[in-house]
Amino acid sequence: MTWVGDNLDLIWSQLREHVFLAIVPVLLGLLIALPLGYVATRYGWLANPLTALGGVLYSLPSIALFILLPAILGTQVLSPVNIIVALTVYTVSLLIRNVIDGLRSVAPEVRQSAVAVGYGTLRRVMTVDLPIAVPVIFAGLRVVTVANISIVSVGAIIGIGGLGELFTEGFQKDFLTPVVVGIVLSVALALVADLIIVTIQWLLTPWARVSYAVKAA
Amino acid sequence: MIEFEDVTKRYPDGTVAVDNLSLRIPSNEITVLVGPSGCGKTTSLRMINRMIERTAGRIAIDGKDINDSNVVELRRGIGYVIQHGGLFPHRTVLDNIATVPKLLGWDKAKVRARAQELLERVGLDAKLGKRYPVQLSGGQQQRVGVARALAADPDIMLMDEPFSAVDPIVRNQLQEELLRLQREIGKTIVFVTHDIDEAIKLGDNVAVLRVGGKLAQFAPPSELLADPADEFVESFIGRDRGYRALTFVQADAIELLPLPETLALGEDGRPLGWHNGAASNGKSEELLPVGAVFHKHDSLRAALDAVLTSPVGQGVCVDDNGRAVGVVDHGLLAAVVHS
Amino acid sequence: MFQGMLDFLTDPANWSGAEGIGNRILQHLWYTALALGIATAIALPVGLLIGHTRRGAFLAINVGNAARALPTLGLLMLIVLLMGRIGFLPVLIALVVLGIPPILTSTYAGISGVDPSTVDAARGMGMTEGEVLRKVEIPIALPLIISGVRTATLYIVSTATIAAYVALGGLGRYVVDGLALRDFPQMLTGAMLVALLVIVLDLFFALLARLTVSDGLTGRVRTGRRTTTGRTTETTTPVEAGI
Repeated sequence: MTWVGDNLDLIWSQLREHVFLAIVPVLLGLLIALPLGYVATRYGWLANPLTALGGVLYSLPSIALFILLPAILGTQVLSPVNIIVALTVYTVSLLIRNVIDGLRSVAPEVRQSAVAVGYGTLRRVMTVDLPIAVPVIFAGLRVVTVANISIVSVGAIIGIGGLGELFTEGFQKDFLTPVVVGIVLSVALALVADLIIVTIQWLLTPWARVSYAVKAA
Repeated sequence: MIEFEDVTKRYPDGTVAVDNLSLRIPSNEITVLVGPSGCGKTTSLRMINRMIERTAGRIAIDGKDINDSNVVELRRGIGYVIQHGGLFPHRTVLDNIATVPKLLGWDKAKVRARAQELLERVGLDAKLGKRYPVQLSGGQQQRVGVARALAADPDIMLMDEPFSAVDPIVRNQLQEELLRLQREIGKTIVFVTHDIDEAIKLGDNVAVLRVGGKLAQFAPPSELLADPADEFVESFIGRDRGYRALTFVQADAIELLPLPETLALGEDGRPLGWHNGAASNGKSEELLPVGAVFHKHDSLRAALDAVLTSPVGQGVCVDDNGRAVGVVDHGLLAAVVHS
Repeated sequence: MFQGMLDFLTDPANWSGAEGIGNRILQHLWYTALALGIATAIALPVGLLIGHTRRGAFLAINVGNAARALPTLGLLMLIVLLMGRIGFLPVLIALVVLGIPPILTSTYAGISGVDPSTVDAARGMGMTEGEVLRKVEIPIALPLIISGVRTATLYIVSTATIAAYVALGGLGRYVVDGLALRDFPQMLTGAMLVALLVIVLDLFFALLARLTVSDGLTGRVRTGRRTTTGRTTETTTPVEAGI
């Protein structure tokens, strides 16, 4: 345990890097997946190909992606940008399906009422469709956030891996403690992130809360 | 014959679903268990094939306690039809029907032939055999469910609200089919429904159960309508008891009056309408509509309906070709009803 | 970049011997098959049991969730260090441990997701519990079960690649060795081959599903004149995490 005390700086900096590398792609991915998913529901024929492509991309091992993407895009392998781009690709690949399903889960009658009331398309999507789609989208968000947190460590193999570097450090020095610390922190991070997302979802969907209260009454 | 002797079903949390039920279900007839939600009708049914085990009492089939038999063998000898059919989505219609015979180890050719036979028996087109349940309508799925239950030729059929999930027109067709089937095969059928009209229509005997699993009355439907045992049964049966009881008397009890001159007939003898007496200046007269017609083999209820819908108070009786054979009026009908 | 990779691929020296490309592919497949086999042998029966009896559902659901939060590299390092870095066994254990949760969760979800009235009808007709499982529940749950095995395969292939870091063979060697030598074409080759392997395996599972899953389930059936293509067999659930 003295190792922990002696290396607090290292642990902290790796933790920060890890959070950055995991969360930025989630936000970027969401920002890309939402409009993309909307377009796919608008032009229905796009939905299946996009989802299929997402499926293929998501199944590729992360380490492969970390190497292939720089080759295709011309970025550096050994840079944080690489990790972020790769994880963003993952995020979009997974979320696209959830965004499409979520938007499609809005009942046609609801959509028709919104149109009849006089909402323009953008306003309708932002204020009616998306809020209703929140549960489905957030389910995907939880999966992808936890997954990203786990995958960032893999980057340690090419030298940039947040908490993953604790693993490689421990392995090279044949020392168990950093590995354990890394795992514990990584899991803790995943749990906290999951909790935060669930809370945000709860805040965004007051109608879901109300029905429970009524039922209990 | 299926015998319930003081059968009780009590759950661990204290609820009593069936309370000291004693019942004798006769063989080769349709017995309907009917009642409001929570009356234990489905529980009672499912105790017969031991899908639910009773907590007290005895259930015997032809004298043999059902707990003395191996439960799997017991079930293979009883047909079981549930709401929505419970068909296997991953098997074709024919494979579904063939389920129990295959379990029993029948020879392949025999199984195939039997499945085909039953498919047509329940009124389905032979080419539906290779289809999957997902391709069938609700009514078709239910028919397959019945065929499947009949496949191994069991003596007993248990049917749990089999027609509740389809629309009224299809439900009517299925009920007629069941009655027709029963005329051909004469199984011992135990049928559960919450619909008293369905019970009256289908049942040779009807057991009315009240909430808490107690038997309120067990009688043929005509008796149920004429003589309800208590307030609960009476209110459950609902209004128009007298009118509905007319379904149980046949119209051939009526001695028809001869066809009056006021009834206009076509060349083939079919009734076209009633002359209304006012011959309007030279132009062709407009006839009053005939109203509903009835046949001799219909019930008194149909005859009464014909009288009521006739603009002149006389109902027309026709033969199977549609030719008018006689009329009946209120007075005559009343005399028959109260005789 | 890609030119370098093509050079690497076409150099015959790279196809021969224990370090050859063909060999590495086979190694990788072997590790995957072995770990997958063991993971399936453990997880499938448990999943079937929990799904059929509906007891222990808590375990089946949460193992899947918890496993997703574990960093695979960390897990790998942990087991290897604990077991003293001797050979293949620690890596195999890690691969098996990673392969179990998706199979367990998907099998459970598939079996317990079978319409209860279908199972009720099966029991009521006189099928034994075993027959209900074999003849009704498993065939209906097959799409999800296959999906779980597919996900496990992806996890295992991915982790086997990373395991080159702890001296395993297989395609990951090109990545790790290439990194050490700053030989980017070699790294790229490794990455490309792994990606292709994954795609091939994915197609294999799609084919498997097509062949074994009843048409009555997928909605891909012909109704006389019209061809009704319902939803295509969904062998992917959004539970995957590429690693």
